[in-house]
Amino acid sequence: MSDVSPPAAHPPVTDWVNDFDHTDPQWTEDPFPIWEELRAASPVVHTERFLGCYMPTTYEAVREIANDTEHFSSRRIIVRDVRPEITSRNAAPPITSDPPAHKPAKQLLLPPFTPDAMKKLEPRMRAICNELIDGFIADGKVDAAARYSKYIPVRAIAHMLGIPESDSDLFIKWIHMILELGIKDESKLLQAVQEMSAYFGAHIEARKDKPTDDLISYLMNARDKAGKPLEESHVLGSLRLLLIAGIDTTWSAIGSSLWHLARTPVDRERLIAEPEMMPTAVEELLRAFSPVTMAREVVKETTISGCPVKAGNMVLLSFPAANRDPKMFPDADKVVIDRRENRHAAFGLGIHRCVGSNLARMEMQVALEEWLKRIPDFRLDPAGTVTWSQGTVRGPRQLPFLLGKAM
Amino acid sequence: MTERLRVHVDPDKCQGHARCKALAPELFELDEYGNAHEAGDGTVPPGLEDKAWLAKSNCPEIAIDVIEE
Repeated sequence: MSDVSPPAAHPPVTDWVNDFDHTDPQWTEDPFPIWEELRAASPVVHTERFLGCYMPTTYEAVREIANDTEHFSSRRIIVRDVRPEITSRNAAPPITSDPPAHKPAKQLLLPPFTPDAMKKLEPRMRAICNELIDGFIADGKVDAAARYSKYIPVRAIAHMLGIPESDSDLFIKWIHMILELGIKDESKLLQAVQEMSAYFGAHIEARKDKPTDDLISYLMNARDKAGKPLEESHVLGSLRLLLIAGIDTTWSAIGSSLWHLARTPVDRERLIAEPEMMPTAVEELLRAFSPVTMAREVVKETTISGCPVKAGNMVLLSFPAANRDPKMFPDADKVVIDRRENRHAAFGLGIHRCVGSNLARMEMQVALEEWLKRIPDFRLDPAGTVTWSQGTVRGPRQLPFLLGKAM
Repeated sequence: MTERLRVHVDPDKCQGHARCKALAPELFELDEYGNAHEAGDGTVPPGLEDKAWLAKSNCPEIAIDVIEE
């Protein structure tokens, strides 16, 4: 985007083990060999960047940290150059909550996201996918990230929240400002949070007179154990969370899956011949290309997998790296679409398990099924370039495909 | 010899990934929050043994026990 000032430059990484940086272009482009190198060095590595940050490199170390809310706080969940002050204005419960506040905030959000609730959304999702495909199938080529995978989760969450699907580009702008530009430029982060609060504030105001059957009204009507309504800042925080967490995550997962299928005709053909295998394949694609890296802040000194961990540092909690640990997953570096045993951590482990995991799974399954029904043959366009997002959520942001059989 | 299997979900470990319900819908149920528990007393009807083991080996929280009786 042209209105963006250049982010603070990070020196290139020459020593990954002692100076890792998840915003380095090499990591963005191909993180897998880097994770292997780090894992071979130690179950926990450290960098002085980002004001001090650890990274667990094994599945076991990631599980230990995810389950240890005593030493690791969720009050900051993105590793950035700065540590913005923690206020109720930028909190997003329950993802930024620790026990005991976490459980009631989480329980509030769970009922609208059960597998049964997602089944009701499925017909609308199939229609959205087909509307999107109608828009480009005749062209013979498409940027599948910009015109397909991006709009599926945006429209789904807009539909659930009860806000216009036509505001999609506005939501995408905020997410870019928070998750990518905000890593190095705090003003972008604060601006986006402010704009989102104003946007949702207006929607809340409108529902005070005329309640609607959507997630905004659901949160406004929610009551805590004492029968009191939520503070407006809590409602706003949760709405911001649902919008942010629900979009570029699934956008990335669908995009990475299509990227894999474009390069792997044998998997494509198998999924077309055996459509009942799709749910198993979705789990494997989630494992191999997990989009979401979370963070924690060390609040009390402890030991993880034998490595001392000191308070005041952040932790880059890389579920994607955990999911590539060969000790946990045989052939971890291969996509095995019929993998039977798959305890992948793409949606996190422990109390912060992604609220939207059932939604994301449904969206991925529907998006891939509808795509393969209408576009059984496609491949990367050699004239184009695939680009990947930087930082906390990894997925293709440009995905140029040629549609149809190769000549 | 007929060996009976029983499944059990540890409610303190379950975080509602719902993998068991997807893989073995006959053996597990979800509550209003999407957290799982075994259907009935957890007895695995004959023919569903494979699904019981599959559910166990796909639970990210290691919350499922398959008990051989």
